[in-house]
Amino acid sequence: MTSTTDFQNETVNTPDDSFLQGVKDCIPTLLGYISIGLAFGVVGSASGLSVLEIALLTILIYAGSAQFIFCALLLTNSPASAIIVTIFVVNLRHLLMSLTLAPHFTRYSMLRNVGFGTLLTDETFGVAVTKQMQTGKLYGKWMDGLNITAYSFWIVSCVTGAYLGQWVANPEKWGLDFALIAMFVALLVLQLSSVGKSKIMHYLMLIGYMFVIMYGLSYIVPSHVAVLLSTMIVATIGVVTDK
Amino acid sequence: MTTTATMVWLIIGCALVTWLPRIIPFMFVRSVKLPEVVLKWLSFIPICILSALVIENLLDTENGKIVTLNWPVFITFVPTLMIALVTKSLSITVVAGVIIMAAVRFFM
Repeated sequence: MTSTTDFQNETVNTPDDSFLQGVKDCIPTLLGYISIGLAFGVVGSASGLSVLEIALLTILIYAGSAQFIFCALLLTNSPASAIIVTIFVVNLRHLLMSLTLAPHFTRYSMLRNVGFGTLLTDETFGVAVTKQMQTGKLYGKWMDGLNITAYSFWIVSCVTGAYLGQWVANPEKWGLDFALIAMFVALLVLQLSSVGKSKIMHYLMLIGYMFVIMYGLSYIVPSHVAVLLSTMIVATIGVVTDK
Repeated sequence: MTTTATMVWLIIGCALVTWLPRIIPFMFVRSVKLPEVVLKWLSFIPICILSALVIENLLDTENGKIVTLNWPVFITFVPTLMIALVTKSLSITVVAGVIIMAAVRFFM
C-alpha cells in the first residue's frame, strides 16, 4: 500500500498518517456539510436548476458559497462573464489556504498535490491547519481521507437536497446554518490553544484588528471581498508586529 | 434531468476559476523555496481567515445603512465560544451551536 517515497518519509504506524484517521477527523465537520448541502440542493431547485445541473455544480465547483452565489446570479439573469468573475473572486481565498497548506506536502508527487488542492475547502483547510499545529506534520493519506469524506458527503447532501426540493422545511429554522459558524469558532479556539502562551496576546490583538477591518470594509465591498482583503492586511500586520 | 450546452459551459467555466486558485500553490510551492518572510506571513493566515469567516457571519450588512451585529447570530456565538473554550471539542461545539441557534430563532 505504501510507495517507497512515502515509506521513507512517514512513520507507517502512527495513527496520524492513516486514511482512516483522516475520515475520523472529518466527522465533526459533516453536520455542516450535510445541512448546507441539503440547503443548497433546495435553493438550487427553487432557482430552476435541474437535478443534473445541481449535481454538476456540486461535483465540479465544490464550494458552498460559490454555488449559492451561482444560483443568485442566475436568478438575476447575470451574463456568464459576470458569473464567472464573481465566482473567481468569491473563491480566491482558497489561494491563500492552498498557499498555507502546500509547504507541508512538498514531499509528495505533483499529481497528489494537485489532488490535495482540488478538494480543498474552508472546512478541510481548518481541520488540516489545526492538525498541523497540534501534531507538527501533515500526511497525504490522512489528507485524502479527510478530503474524500468531505467531498462524498457534500455531493450526496446537495443531490439529496435537490430531490427533496420544496419538501424540506427551512433548514435555518433548525439552526443548521450555524453548524459552519460553530465549526469555525471551535477551530479558532483550537488554533489559539495550540499557540504558545507568549504568542497568544499577539494573536488576540490580530483578531481584534480583523474585527475592526472587516467592519470597515463591510461598508465598501461585498463580504467575500472583505474576508480576502482583511486576511491579507492583518497577516501583514502580524508579520510587522511580530517580535 | 436536463441541461443545456450553455449551462454546462458556464459550470465548466466556474469550475476552472475555482480549481486554479486551489491547485496552483500546490504545484509551484514544490519547486520554489518560499522566503522566510512569506512563510511567516502564511503562518498568520489560518487565524486571520478563520476569524474572518466567523466575523463575516456576526455582521449584518444587509439591513439599513449602518453595519450592525447580527443579533441572533451574536447571541448564539457567545455561548458557543464558551463551549468551545471549555470543551476544546469540534463535535460538541457544532452540535451545541446548532441547538442554541435553533432555540434563539424559536424565541426571538
